[in-house]
Amino acid sequence: MTVVEVSVTGAPRRGVLSRVVSRLGNGVVQVGLALVALFWLVPVFGLLIASLRDEASNTASGWWTIFTAPTSLTLSNYADLVGNSTVLRSFLNTVYIAVPSTVLVVVISALAAYGLAWIEFPGRLWLTTLVVGLLVMPIQVALIPVAKLFGSLGLFGTITGVVLFHVAFGLPFAIFLLRNFFAGIPRDLVEAARMDGAREWVIFRRVVLPIAKPAIASLTIFQFLWVWNDLLVALVFADQDSAPITVALRAQLRQFGTNIDLLSTGAFLSMIVPLAVFLAFQRYFVQGVLAGSTK
Amino acid sequence: MAEVVLSGLGKVYVDGTRAVADLDLEIRDGEFLVLVGPSGCGKTTALRMIAGLESVSEGSIRIGPQVVNEVPSRDRDVAMVFQSYALYPHLNVYDNIAFGLTLRKLPKKEIDRRVREVAEVLELHEHLERKPRNLSGGQRQRVAMGRAIVRAPQAFLMDEPLSNLDAKLRVQMRAQIARIQRDLGVTTVYVTHDQTEAMTLGDRVAVMKRGVLQQVGPPQELYDRPVNLFVAGFIGSPGMNLVTARLDRDDDGHHWVTVGSDALLLPESVLLARPALAGYAGRDVVLGIRPEDMEDAALADAQEGSILHSVADLVEAMGSDVLVHFPVDAAPVVTDDTKALAEDDGTADLPKGSGVVLVGRFSPRTHIYEGQPVAAWVDTSRLHFFDPDTGLSVWTTSGELE
Repeated sequence: MTVVEVSVTGAPRRGVLSRVVSRLGNGVVQVGLALVALFWLVPVFGLLIASLRDEASNTASGWWTIFTAPTSLTLSNYADLVGNSTVLRSFLNTVYIAVPSTVLVVVISALAAYGLAWIEFPGRLWLTTLVVGLLVMPIQVALIPVAKLFGSLGLFGTITGVVLFHVAFGLPFAIFLLRNFFAGIPRDLVEAARMDGAREWVIFRRVVLPIAKPAIASLTIFQFLWVWNDLLVALVFADQDSAPITVALRAQLRQFGTNIDLLSTGAFLSMIVPLAVFLAFQRYFVQGVLAGSTK
Repeated sequence: MAEVVLSGLGKVYVDGTRAVADLDLEIRDGEFLVLVGPSGCGKTTALRMIAGLESVSEGSIRIGPQVVNEVPSRDRDVAMVFQSYALYPHLNVYDNIAFGLTLRKLPKKEIDRRVREVAEVLELHEHLERKPRNLSGGQRQRVAMGRAIVRAPQAFLMDEPLSNLDAKLRVQMRAQIARIQRDLGVTTVYVTHDQTEAMTLGDRVAVMKRGVLQQVGPPQELYDRPVNLFVAGFIGSPGMNLVTARLDRDDDGHHWVTVGSDALLLPESVLLARPALAGYAGRDVVLGIRPEDMEDAALADAQEGSILHSVADLVEAMGSDVLVHFPVDAAPVVTDDTKALAEDDGTADLPKGSGVVLVGRFSPRTHIYEGQPVAAWVDTSRLHFFDPDTGLSVWTTSGELE
């Protein structure tokens, strides 16, 4: 009886917010979310339209006018872009930078995280702390020293240099993320594999990695997005031949934005790739975010 | 299959905590040995040292002919069943069971044959394609067993494998484990805190307390001849009644033990079996009476000198028998051992009354109700005696169990 009484008197004490939410139900929440999504989608949509209009109409009127005159759309901007060797090369450069930077970071951090989480060695705690400490190291303080170093090593102005820099600054967060996830895997599981006769490498490959798939997918998306959208690092370390699309598009900027047709097309192209990557890994990504919070 | 020999085994953690001290234990080839004790008694640590999951601080572990102190788990050829089952969540039942075999690079056909054979024995053959998360607790437990069995290891190590199951399933699985172990004849070390599991499964049972081995022997021996208060209280359910009593010798040479206002006459057989007991005449001893060694005096052919009088405090009808709780006016026993037992029961911080409440297991034909007087007949030939200072069982002055 006491239990029932407690729950009856306990009900009105819930927070105002939770009561509002439960009264209005899920529908309102969903409408709210849809509004937020729409708000974020408008610029993307605008960019897409702008990339499909010719220079003259882009200069003459805003993209929203297509709702009244939908006939003026054209693919000629994309044709021009493919014909523009600078932008095309920079697009490929971005791929050459982003893919190895992502792959290297994921591979190295997964190995390091396994070591930090599951292999006992002296100084493990200190090393872990050091990695976490590096998280707060701002990228800007390293730009000039590393530029000097790259200069003397002949890496300045090369794709390799840009990749190395991205890998170096991507690793602390990557290791931190994966180590925490790996450490959350029940100890019994790792020990069961040891009893079953597995060496560390086998435990890593066949037990830890498959379980950590969501975390690895999240990391892949994060890292890929960062590198793909990076301007600062590329601006410092890449030369004209190795410049990625962010740098190339910036170089296209003129005062008053007269080449909006080229810019919007290039920007849309550079945006669509990470979006595709995100959608490909989205299922794991959500799992990964949740897994990190509950376990 | 092999024997497992622990010699002077000890474990001290980096922070100085001692988990296991000077453990000598010889587990014979094919034997089922149960390590039992309250939580924190070092039984799991000892098991993990045998498994190679915990480093050895002192002493040695031998499996078969080989000292394995420095041998990694994977090369010890022992299999372990974990309390949490530790099934690989991303693999189905078949692959979970086959995991250890694939690492040994056995031919696919051989693996398949052995996995299916084990699945058949454990009645898992219908679930081979399922993932662990889609299995019930009992099925998961069987997969964990299967993973150990399929490897045909030198020894099985089991760490409370049944404690996550509900009571009914636990009894079933207990029988199945006993059957499988007997059929395979694999040396088994089984850790549990449940004395019923220990008694029913073990060829021998080793009782541990705070890292120290108290007694090892066949279950019946532990029950009949516990070496000290701790083993006496731990083995048996409900536990042995322990009460401070006074031993006296009358002019006729008879020995009487006084509990509250009643006196029990000791038969000659008790004094013959426990020659040292005579030396306690005129002193306090700790008297131990198992609940099952008591009966409603009205139903037993009770003689004066074997009856305790009191008022029934609580009567629990179990169907097969009736547990009658009744207070006696005698001092409770407070030693290191009884404190350890109380901690294990979770009764350590309950308020203590002045007297002691005894529990008797009576026949269901008894007509005792709560609040009524009770006369409990005691089988005086089966009384236990312990030294109040050392807590050791009183047998001989220089005897085998001193």
